[in-house]
Amino acid sequence: MSSSNDQALSGAIFEESALLTIKDLSRMCAVDERHIVEYVEEGVLSVVEINAAEWHFTGAALRRARRALRLERDLEINLAGVALALELMEEVERLRRELEARR
Amino acid sequence: MEFKDYYKVMGVARDATEAQIKQAYRKLARKYHPDVSKEKDAEARFKEVGEAYEVLKSPEKRAAYDQLGQGPRPGEDFRPPPDWGAGFEFSGAGARDSDYSDFFEALFGARARAESSNRRGGFHPGQGVDHHAKVLLDLDATLHGGTRQLSLRVPEIDAEGRLVSKERVLNVQVPKGILAGQHIRLAGQGARPPGEGTPGDLFIEVEFQPHSLYRIDGRDLYLDLPVAPWEAALGATVKTPTPTGTVDLKIPQGSHAGTKLRLKGRGIPASPPGDFYVVLQIALPAAGDDKAKAAYAAMAAAVPFNPRASLGV
Repeated sequence: MSSSNDQALSGAIFEESALLTIKDLSRMCAVDERHIVEYVEEGVLSVVEINAAEWHFTGAALRRARRALRLERDLEINLAGVALALELMEEVERLRRELEARR
Repeated sequence: MEFKDYYKVMGVARDATEAQIKQAYRKLARKYHPDVSKEKDAEARFKEVGEAYEVLKSPEKRAAYDQLGQGPRPGEDFRPPPDWGAGFEFSGAGARDSDYSDFFEALFGARARAESSNRRGGFHPGQGVDHHAKVLLDLDATLHGGTRQLSLRVPEIDAEGRLVSKERVLNVQVPKGILAGQHIRLAGQGARPPGEGTPGDLFIEVEFQPHSLYRIDGRDLYLDLPVAPWEAALGATVKTPTPTGTVDLKIPQGSHAGTKLRLKGRGIPASPPGDFYVVLQIALPAAGDDKAKAAYAAMAAAVPFNPRASLGV
């Protein structure tokens, strides 16, 4: 499993191809589905508006959820704090990029 | 094996209280958290701090660690004493997927591992865990697509049941148009579950190395293009490098430093494709010889111009 494969592996861009159910997201993040529901309620994750009985998320939600989980676990921040930290981090990233583009 | 002074790592005294240790950890964790920090060695420092806290926050582990004393003299090799761990009951490390140092593994490894692997399995039986990795690609990979050889560190359980970090080399077809922060999902390339079942997936997060010419902003690319003062003032058609080759770019008359020209759809070929921005910079020719000096003097005489008018002087 650790040797080099001769044939190249190909995969899709996850953010553009995936539509995730709450079950997928919970499995991929190794957390309880309830935790994902809490993220939605706190505004950490947003649900894609489609006419379905079940919630769906874009692939981008995975990165956000994993980041939120790391912050929660490593820094012992509560949900509201995680939501705030994520918003501020994204703002900083946006400003950094803008600064970089203006340099 | 290198002795780790966990008190030094945390910046606390050897007689620090639990509250002081917790406070020091919180502060350092915020400072070096890889999601938050821009420090160069943030990830390594964060792991080190996490490991130190793992030991010092637990009264049992801390007591056992304290028994080792101050460690060997500088340059001396550390070996755990033969009676190490006797009489101590460790309650196990958290289910972190980071790798601990050899020092930590030698002292607390086996027991912590048993505990955490119990906790990790069983979440969705028959379904292997997904692996996540981050790679630094050249910009050309997304501009033109193509195969890149990626070398990843992958956690694996070895024959003795220990968690080890192995190097894994993969040839991966990079999807054209992928953006920084997005993931390539390789189905079935994650961990195999014990026994029967579906292996997990491998998610590769993409970041880009800085490019020699272009700055990257999401799907857009920026190029600083030097032009001569007369090209900006009078307008000109100049050669410009773009990701899809050199083009003739029309500089409009009356352009100035900082003028931004947009080449729609010539950024990263994502869907929708990004744009390519050319930012003009005025390059001044040197007044190197008498002819150039005369030309500058003639211009000064002919053109009434106060570049500091906006400063009120």
